[in-house]
Amino acid sequence: MSRQDTSDIVFRRILAIFPVSILILVAGIFFQLVSASIPSLKKFGLGFFYHSTWDPVAENFGALPFIFGTCVTSLVALLIAVPIGVGAAIYLAQYAPPKVSKAISILVDLLAAIPSVIYGLWGIFVLVPYMRNTVQPFLGKYLGFLPFFQGPNYGVGFLAASIILAIIIVPFIISVSREVILAVPSVYKESAYALGATRWEAIWDIVLSYGRVGILGAVILALGRAIGETMAVTMIIGNNVVISPSLFSPGYTLASVLANEFAEADTGMYLSALIEIGLVLFLVSIIVNILARFLIWSVTKGPGELIK
Amino acid sequence: MKKILALVMAMAMVSSVAFADSVLINGAGSTFIYPAITKWFDEYSKTNSDAIFNYQAIGSGGGIKQITSKTVDFGATDGPMTMDQMTQAPGRIYHIPMVMGAVAVAYNVPGVDKGLKLTPEVLAGIYLGKITQWNDPLITGQNAGVNLPASSIVVVHRSDGSGTSFIFTDYLSSISGEWKGRVGKGTSVNWPVGLGGKGNEGVAGLLKQSPGSIGYVELAYAKENNLSYAYMQNKSGNFIEPSIDSTSKAAEGANIPADFRFSIVNSPNPEAYPIAGTTWLLIYKQMDDHVKGKAIVDFIRWAVTDGQKLTAALDYAPLPASLVDLIQKKLDQVKY
Repeated sequence: MSRQDTSDIVFRRILAIFPVSILILVAGIFFQLVSASIPSLKKFGLGFFYHSTWDPVAENFGALPFIFGTCVTSLVALLIAVPIGVGAAIYLAQYAPPKVSKAISILVDLLAAIPSVIYGLWGIFVLVPYMRNTVQPFLGKYLGFLPFFQGPNYGVGFLAASIILAIIIVPFIISVSREVILAVPSVYKESAYALGATRWEAIWDIVLSYGRVGILGAVILALGRAIGETMAVTMIIGNNVVISPSLFSPGYTLASVLANEFAEADTGMYLSALIEIGLVLFLVSIIVNILARFLIWSVTKGPGELIK
Repeated sequence: MKKILALVMAMAMVSSVAFADSVLINGAGSTFIYPAITKWFDEYSKTNSDAIFNYQAIGSGGGIKQITSKTVDFGATDGPMTMDQMTQAPGRIYHIPMVMGAVAVAYNVPGVDKGLKLTPEVLAGIYLGKITQWNDPLITGQNAGVNLPASSIVVVHRSDGSGTSFIFTDYLSSISGEWKGRVGKGTSVNWPVGLGGKGNEGVAGLLKQSPGSIGYVELAYAKENNLSYAYMQNKSGNFIEPSIDSTSKAAEGANIPADFRFSIVNSPNPEAYPIAGTTWLLIYKQMDDHVKGKAIVDFIRWAVTDGQKLTAALDYAPLPASLVDLIQKKLDQVKY
């Protein structure tokens, strides 16, 4: 008996090391980012977050255009990817013949494994010309009255970057959402059918309601990927430090400026400002995650509880 | 136990013998010099097996940082170190010019081949966002007979920090007071207008796909990718095609200070192409290690003389003979 207790304690302690190491890792990253960005924090203060000039020569730094670019591209990417991803997951889990479902799922996992530089190259050579010649002229013609679809048409820009991001994150949403939907106990669905529900009602009211926490989790995972995605976005966003309501406009993201300028940053203040960009990226990720958790928490408090 | 100890000692001796006659020399920095330096290492190692060279193309900024902290034996940079950076280094640093190259102004204007004539005012005007149409009188005035369209100019620049951008902005600063005041020179600057492409390939990609675009890339890259490039008007008023010869000419006319921290943009030589730059190796005047120091100096002596013939094939311009003499004298002062 006592022997079992000892082994149990040892096992528990060993396991406890792992979550604690995650805490130490996150705290360590945060500490390192803050300490290395102190010169920039001192010089620019809060202005770093709302100034829109980025001038390495004059050493005058503000991060607003990058924060704006990261938020806009991630958000637009989610707007495109969530309906496609969740729709595909529902079809694969509920409608598709098992063989088709399995085959498509393998393809989806394959998509998730493609390195983002490949998406970036594809973006440069295929997507960007298509955007410039077909998509953006079409949007400009029919939706040009909206400020989102105005201005010069380069092909590269927020819209192209958002579409690449959407393509990159869709596999994550499909893959996780499909697992979540498959995990819904069939008794619930069968009960719904027994009560005379149509297939649509069973899926919408029962399956999605039961699985929405998991699906939101998939969306958060995808959002995290979108915020941090660097290479593909850098290659096709146009890398121009501007804030524009138009999705046709070239822009810049937090991750892109790090990828572009870190290697050649040769003065202390420049380097410090870039590390502060890293800190901002870290904070944006944390804030978005907290908001998303809060969303999940508020949703799980809702009528979904009735089922459980 | 004793046996094991003896075995370990024997192995240690064997391995130290194996490495005793070859020393590993690490360098880091400029990506511009990377093709040249790998070619040199390759050829040099055929006749000199006593030193193994290793070079990491991490960017000029990284090269300066690493030589300053002495984590590498030599650095390489496309822009000379500033006075501020020199004082931060723990010892006196020498700049040794190794290769020179031209930056071509490439464009994609349907119906216009290479050889569009551009004046400094036009180039600065385009990059400041003041000249926005291809049929602007300032452009057409120099290009009688060329059918320039009434389309807008899509300006392209490098988005990543790079020596190519340094040379280009160094040139614009030297010919335009407004550029010098508003933007300045650097590996990354606050571009007034334009799209940023990552790397030479990113710029070339944007150029190829955007009709009406203009950008700048290394000469070798423009040639390999069949980009049309402009003939730039130099300080003497002549329109010059970028080439190995016209780049070497730029150095012949340049004013060379004793510490070699010169700029060869906008050279007064009438045959010089005006947008050209240099890559320097960064070494300490006082080397910490005798064997390494000697190996580095020997290698540099070889690279600036015999080595220059190899790099011409890679579209680098050879150093002028007068400059090579000065470099040899400078190397005499290195202590190891």
